Amino acid sequence: MKKFITLFLLLILPLGVYASEGMPLQEADIDLSDSASLQRGAKHFVTYCLGCHSIKHIRYLRIALDLGVDEKKVLKDIAPEGAGIYDQMHTAMNAHDAEKWFGIQPPDLSLVARSRGADWLYSYLKGFYTDKTKVLGTNNAVFPDVGMPNVFWQLQGEQTPLYKKVDGKQVIDKLVIEEPGTLTEAEFDRVVNDLVNFLVYVGEPVQLERQRMGKYVIFFILMFVGIAYLLKREYWRDIH
Amino acid sequence: MKPSRLTTYGNWVLDRFPLTKLWNDHMAQYYAPKNFNFWYFFGSLALLVLVNQFVTGILLTMNYKPDAQLAFDSVEYIMRDVNWGWLVRYMHSTGASAFFIVVYLHMFRGLLYGSFKQPRELIWIFGMLIFVALMAEAFMGYLLPWGQMSYWGAQVIISLFSAIPVVGDELSLWVRGDYVVSDATLNRFFAFHVISVPLVLVLLVFLHIVALHEVGSNNPDGIEIKKNKNANGIPLDGIPFHPYYTVKDIVGVGVFLVFFATVIFYMPEMGGYFLEHANFIPADPMKTPEHIAPVWYFTPFYAILRAIPDKFAGVIGMGGAIVVLFLLPWLDRSEVKSIRYRGGTYKKALLLFVISFLGLGYLGTQPATPAATTVARIFTAIYFGFFLLMPLYTRWEKAKPLPSRVTDQPSLEDRIPALIETYHEMTVQKPVTQEDGTTVMKRRPHPAGILNVITRLAIKLKKSLD
Repeated sequence: MKKFITLFLLLILPLGVYASEGMPLQEADIDLSDSASLQRGAKHFVTYCLGCHSIKHIRYLRIALDLGVDEKKVLKDIAPEGAGIYDQMHTAMNAHDAEKWFGIQPPDLSLVARSRGADWLYSYLKGFYTDKTKVLGTNNAVFPDVGMPNVFWQLQGEQTPLYKKVDGKQVIDKLVIEEPGTLTEAEFDRVVNDLVNFLVYVGEPVQLERQRMGKYVIFFILMFVGIAYLLKREYWRDIH
Repeated sequence: MKPSRLTTYGNWVLDRFPLTKLWNDHMAQYYAPKNFNFWYFFGSLALLVLVNQFVTGILLTMNYKPDAQLAFDSVEYIMRDVNWGWLVRYMHSTGASAFFIVVYLHMFRGLLYGSFKQPRELIWIFGMLIFVALMAEAFMGYLLPWGQMSYWGAQVIISLFSAIPVVGDELSLWVRGDYVVSDATLNRFFAFHVISVPLVLVLLVFLHIVALHEVGSNNPDGIEIKKNKNANGIPLDGIPFHPYYTVKDIVGVGVFLVFFATVIFYMPEMGGYFLEHANFIPADPMKTPEHIAPVWYFTPFYAILRAIPDKFAGVIGMGGAIVVLFLLPWLDRSEVKSIRYRGGTYKKALLLFVISFLGLGYLGTQPATPAATTVARIFTAIYFGFFLLMPLYTRWEKAKPLPSRVTDQPSLEDRIPALIETYHEMTVQKPVTQEDGTTVMKRRPHPAGILNVITRLAIKLKKSLD
């Protein structure tokens, strides 16, 4: 009975929490037909993310086939050393260490683009700022108190938040770069966008193929409807 | 002349099995009213979707693993590594939603034309049993992908049993097979989803059709075509189901498939309504999602549950919302069946009912804020009012005189020219400068025209409500 009450309360609670959370999202520019962007995204993922996060539902071979890249090139340029072409993209960090270091095991990101959406990911990855009160020294404007450090700090530099008052509460208005990184803002945006583009692809590798195929299927069905209608009209001619 | 081998073998079967009789009784000599309209497509479409769910469901079980450790990954395996697995899975997930769309429209047809009324009460009862079985099937099927929403949706709904006094906690424990939703629950839901409930569904569909073919189909005029027969005992307004309605239903199937394929290939998640975003996160018993909402087809009933302050009363209300549908044939005291000849009260009541059902459906997807709860309570009152006050308002209202034969109304295809004209009225040709600098004429919305059309529709609606 108590469990039910708790659940019921949890159902009533949500949007209030949701609304107060974080800044408005920025728009990611998703183009899955841009193979170069996807390749760069894959490379960035292996460099910056795969250390902690797996994307175990995709294989290197699939990336090679879908992006039209030679298998050897994928192994040489994208995959970490020692990976085989049929391997799924597992992380090298073991679960026990992860829990010791971060409190939880960093989640698998195969479907993160489908659960969170591209814009959220894009804004989240750009949303880290310096916060000395946190263990990792950073916080996130989109996902407050997240347990993940800013893995791009060398590229992006360090951001600090500017606050504004909304309904008497301090909320983050925008983030400004305090200490520049190795990339300009535009260059960094492209890195994040490529990465998000890649994650959207990983979320559902078949999406380009199904969209291509859909045109033919629907065209075929429309032809079928046309003929079926003519047949119907022929039969019904004598019904008054 | 010597009969061919095929004829010989064919006759061997026909001497032992009433194939010809079956075909004639249910297809070639089953006389259906000739005035079926748009609303009569959804029966055959429901059958089509049922077959789709069976075929794709069987294919999915070949790679799905009903195991709390493996279920989520096995679905992704189907989506990525199984040849055409993504298509089969999307056909099944889209099919589930399509099933409810088609069935809701099929039931609404019944409300429009009084198809549940004497002598078709049993058809309606079997149909309602199908609806209940379908809800059970969908609910248990939704647990199988083992995502966050699968898990927590099941957790919430099964917990409802614990609101029942005395036996509640024991009962929900018995349903789950564990203290929380777990591997045991997943396994038994899999068993029910792929074997038990489908068997029940097939049996009920069989009974639904047998009962229908015994008394014959209703029609948009709600008069019995069997009252006017020719010398051979064939209804004057009846036409053989085959070939007339088989060829007509095939057109309906084609149009349906256009929509179905569009969803499968271009919007399989349907903005998070057919496949919820949170269900792409594996089930985590330790972490409750921010917002738990059932899939859209349960939301009207879920909104009723939340609208009622006391939880046990809420469960009763939710159950009652379905039970009351069973009673419909005896609640309606009108002497005519079809909305075409009913008085204004029923039409207004039905319109209010539709608005509140859709409203509840929307509110069920939203968080229950105080304002939303108030609106949901009003809609809930209308929902029950429609049914429980029906014995009164259907008895009072005065029906219009019935025609003796079915009437001829413009069909869907007759209306196409008028529809095109309305489209032209609502849009206007405007020059648009393209990116390359050239200017072309394009149709753009025309506010005054749209206003005209809306006013005309409103006047027409108001008139039709009298």
